[in-house]
Amino acid sequence: MPIELEDLENIAHLARLHLSEEEKSEAASSMSNILKLIDQMQSVDTDNVTPLAHPLDSVQRLRDDEVTETNKRDALQKIAPETDQGLFLVPKVIE
Amino acid sequence: MEWETVIGLEVHVQLATASKLFSGTSTEFGAEPNTQANIYDLAMPGTLPVLNKEALKMAVKFGVAIGAEISTTSVFDRKNYFYPDLPKGYQTSQLDFPIVGKGELVIDMEDGTQKTIGVTRAHMEEDAGKSLHEDYPDKTGIDLNRAGTPLLEIVSEPDLRNAKEAVAYLKKMHSIICYLTISDGDMSQGSMRCDANVSIRQKGSDELGTRTEIKNINSFRYVEKAINIEVERQIDLIEDGGRVVQETRLYDADKNETRSMRSKEVANDYRYFPEPDLLPIVIDTKYIEAIRETLPELPDVKCKRFCEQYGLSEYDALVLTSDHATAGYFEIVTAASGDPKLSANWVMGDLQAILNKDEIAINNSPVSADALAILISRIKDNTISSKIAKTVFEAMVDGEGDADSIIESKGLKQVTDTGAIEAMVDEVIANNPDQVEQYKSGKEQVIGFFVGQIMKASQGKANPGQVNKLLKEKLSN
Repeated sequence: MPIELEDLENIAHLARLHLSEEEKSEAASSMSNILKLIDQMQSVDTDNVTPLAHPLDSVQRLRDDEVTETNKRDALQKIAPETDQGLFLVPKVIE
Repeated sequence: MEWETVIGLEVHVQLATASKLFSGTSTEFGAEPNTQANIYDLAMPGTLPVLNKEALKMAVKFGVAIGAEISTTSVFDRKNYFYPDLPKGYQTSQLDFPIVGKGELVIDMEDGTQKTIGVTRAHMEEDAGKSLHEDYPDKTGIDLNRAGTPLLEIVSEPDLRNAKEAVAYLKKMHSIICYLTISDGDMSQGSMRCDANVSIRQKGSDELGTRTEIKNINSFRYVEKAINIEVERQIDLIEDGGRVVQETRLYDADKNETRSMRSKEVANDYRYFPEPDLLPIVIDTKYIEAIRETLPELPDVKCKRFCEQYGLSEYDALVLTSDHATAGYFEIVTAASGDPKLSANWVMGDLQAILNKDEIAINNSPVSADALAILISRIKDNTISSKIAKTVFEAMVDGEGDADSIIESKGLKQVTDTGAIEAMVDEVIANNPDQVEQYKSGKEQVIGFFVGQIMKASQGKANPGQVNKLLKEKLSN
């Protein structure tokens, strides 16, 4: 199933990606191939197979509820484009 | 046309862990901006999440408390969206395999009836940071201290039929999470937040109408107002021939209105997928049973016990047990004073009044449970009357000392000396021949006048029982 241009543009928008016309056609063909593979996999009977959440056959390790981090704000904010009184500043995001 | 309201609630509860859901950063409230935001919380490349053991335990504890199915395998997913207070570009949440499955909550209505509300599920997820829009003309300030704080999102079935039921549901939820000590439940600090899904349909219909979601309502009172105003809006809209649009709306408490949050809302498309950085969370039944063992006595059970053990009315028991700390306070008072009914009246009456007035939590009450018990004992042993007790209580609230020392220093001890009371009774009778005449001619309510005069003369210290008895004896002579 080839991907529609409209869907491609929507996904690119949701991912905040700007694609040129050339990139769009490239992405469309790659994604259509992926969808083809998925279609192929859909034909396998998986009714009695438990869904796989992770390819590693292992379970999550947990950590104790302990505060192990200290305040490193000054160091971490050095790479921020703009800060003020400890806040990160970004372009206004509310209308 | 008659309309029926259908409400489902999503409650977000901040879990009271010391550190964040996936990192060892402190979750303490009120720190300077971004002093509790470290490399994982800021989504620095190469950092990986490790789940907080305590957060998982709290989620399971909640599930067990509402009799829900607990998933022995649960999975985290990424919910993708862009917003500057979400540095990773996705929220780590749970979609298809939440930790807590179907359960139920019994709510208590004002008229004493109960209703069972279905809980669809509850899942663990991380909180976002805070966006501050007001302080800069063309910028938004971002504080990521809250980013990564563990949340439990509890989703109800659309079983609620009006705003009052929604409030009762929230109150019961609040009560339970506080009993379980999995959250401080402080709504003013955002520890418990609520989104309401509201729709209307014709009475008798089984189909659900188009719903709107009212976001982030942060008090019990606002929940009721927000739902009522939204229901009104939907009814007006439909009766005027319009249609409800599925959208997210914000409640504005100042204007008492809901308004659309986004003008060009594209259907939410979060492109969930399993979080590759986290393995499935696997727990066994032994783990679940061990947590079940640690459950405290929950509000409904405690309420029933209060009725049976202390002979309290259902109403009193319900009021006392809805708050965990109040129930504990009451039990100390009643154990020390030996009078459950009187203890209940004082805790729910005078004590609650001063706590409400000054907005003090009962744990910080200016009058301790032991101190109140002594005051109640002095009413019981006739040292003071109930009326004088209120004066003593006020002095205790003002920090003037314990009940005994206040009674002593202010000379408030009740007069039980029969001779002294008799003298006062004689005097009042002698001074009021008209009223005596009325009483003798059958107007017995005049007795109240005499009692009043005597209490006045004794500055409230005469024992009312004795006064009554002596008065009746003397007047019928």
